[in-house]
Amino acid sequence: MNIIVSILSLTFFAQVLRLFTPYFLGANAANFSERAGVINIAIEGFMITSALGYALFTYLTNNIFLGFVCAILVNLLFSLLYALFVIKLKINQIVAGVGFNLLMAGLAKFLIVFIFQSSSNTPRIPDLPNIPYIQDIPYVGEVLSDYIILFSFALIFISNFVLFKTKFGLRLRSAGENPEAGESLGIKIRLYKLYGVLICGFLSALGGIWLASNQNSFSDGMVAGRGYIALAAMIIGKWKPVNILFACIMFAFFEALEITFQISGTFIPSQIIQMLPYLITILVLIGFIGKTKPPASDGIPY
Amino acid sequence: MYQKKYYLILLLILISFSFSCKKNEVKNDAQQKNAVKVGLVFDVGGKGDKSFNDAAYNGLVRAKTDFGIDFEVIDPGDGSDRESALRKLASNNEIGLIFGIGFIFTEDINNIAKDFPGKKFGCIDYSVDTTKTIPPNLIALEFKEEEGSFLIGAIAGLTTKTNKVGFLGGMESALIKKFEEGYKQGVSYVNPDCKVLIAYVSVTGDGFKNPSKGKEISLSQYQNGADIIYHASGLSGLGLFEAAKTEKKLAIGVDLDQYKEAPGFVLTSMVKMVDESIYQTIKEFKDGKFKGGIKSLGLKENGVNYVYDDNNKNLFPDKVRQKVEEIRNKIISGEISIKK
Repeated sequence: MNIIVSILSLTFFAQVLRLFTPYFLGANAANFSERAGVINIAIEGFMITSALGYALFTYLTNNIFLGFVCAILVNLLFSLLYALFVIKLKINQIVAGVGFNLLMAGLAKFLIVFIFQSSSNTPRIPDLPNIPYIQDIPYVGEVLSDYIILFSFALIFISNFVLFKTKFGLRLRSAGENPEAGESLGIKIRLYKLYGVLICGFLSALGGIWLASNQNSFSDGMVAGRGYIALAAMIIGKWKPVNILFACIMFAFFEALEITFQISGTFIPSQIIQMLPYLITILVLIGFIGKTKPPASDGIPY
Repeated sequence: MYQKKYYLILLLILISFSFSCKKNEVKNDAQQKNAVKVGLVFDVGGKGDKSFNDAAYNGLVRAKTDFGIDFEVIDPGDGSDRESALRKLASNNEIGLIFGIGFIFTEDINNIAKDFPGKKFGCIDYSVDTTKTIPPNLIALEFKEEEGSFLIGAIAGLTTKTNKVGFLGGMESALIKKFEEGYKQGVSYVNPDCKVLIAYVSVTGDGFKNPSKGKEISLSQYQNGADIIYHASGLSGLGLFEAAKTEKKLAIGVDLDQYKEAPGFVLTSMVKMVDESIYQTIKEFKDGKFKGGIKSLGLKENGVNYVYDDNNKNLFPDKVRQKVEEIRNKIISGEISIKK
């Protein structure tokens, strides 16, 4: 009974939203890249880089806005590098992705040791400002006044609109489905693949920045596999923004549920709840909930 | 072509032999020379975690300024290189004493201490297994966290206004359960009606470095009515302090005095004298009085304690302090026995 009350409460809702945001940003990031035919399994790495970039530049410049912009720029630079490898030099995308993940995790640790002589975290940075007035609403104000969370709401519509209702989206998708056909109609396929990778860098940067701003610092390992869960959410969501939304809500919901179960001390072991989203992922992958079909030429260099 | 392959294999065998020979030489060398340097390998979280590892590092730095010893530290990062880090330090012939920080080292340090009988070893938070004997050149430093946590529980139980307190654990493991058990018993000893909300970040070592989840758990506990949360979760605990600041409620630190993490919102910290024990071990080592075996450090030995100073004095009424000191004496005299 107690549990039902806590699940229906606004604080639970706010918690699901907080857990949902990094997953959703990461999953949409990966989706834009894969829709353009470029597999990017380095979402985790990109989130690490931007989280560190945000904390580092905010600390160095003592200006949150500059830190924010620099974190995005750093991620875009790394995205360009990734694009250079997989689009221009046609390296196997999985290998490049694994390489980037390892590189970024290692680089982050190296930089914090090098700059702050601490192998685990950066000094504390100021809060990211929230929208005034809205933040005073009890229970949900903090969540609803967070710019990045609000942006991720908007992203539900933006990504659906951009991918499926604009000329740009059609061309981007043609790069992922049938690049030869697109090329024959005069579309610059490799340019659109680059756009996909850059949008991916931008969105994953927002995810990383959100994580760091939520903690007011960067600490080693803080992304904690969220980038990989984002990839899983994209696959469960079958590369469609609306389905991705539900997949991310599911992951966030079960994580929040697990915390609630632990705190209220029920007879159901929290580990079982912890297991559920991953069980569902596996069930989806073996085809219980319908076949998942990636863009036709996803991962094939062009 | 085939011949080439055989040559390669032969070469590889030779190389591996040459490595195994080198190790033995080093070992003999070390026994002859007078090695005074101290080596130390960090736990998950590493240097700069503002908690456990930093406490160990402080001990080293203090020993360096007081005794002029030199030290070398390795931050292994991920699990697998822990053993090799220990081995690397042990085979350095300038290093005579090697510390492993954390219960994760228990197995590895046991084996390595046997392989390097000429070197001395120390392990903080060694998890003692009564069925096994430990090598004579290893000192196992074990803290009675349950005793310190009992006092913390008493403080929380006496201070809470909502009759609900929280506990945030890192990895669900025997060591952290000791904190939990002591805390729970301390709370119910002074305030039987008080509820303890318990949650762990994870069942793996990653539970010590996921501050985002630590924050979410803490927020849930606060929003479910807890007004004081005690953590034993390494870096994940940084999330607790963030949550305490947003919710304007109290948090209790662990291992080191964590007042600085959220000034005004840290009721106290359960301090483990990791620095002191390392300092003392180095001192004994330097004076040639190093003795292996198990060393249990509790309230009686001043191995665990709680923080009471100018910073948190106003959060801490005198009445609470008196009561807690009474309980301390009862634990030391054995009047209160704490189940692990």
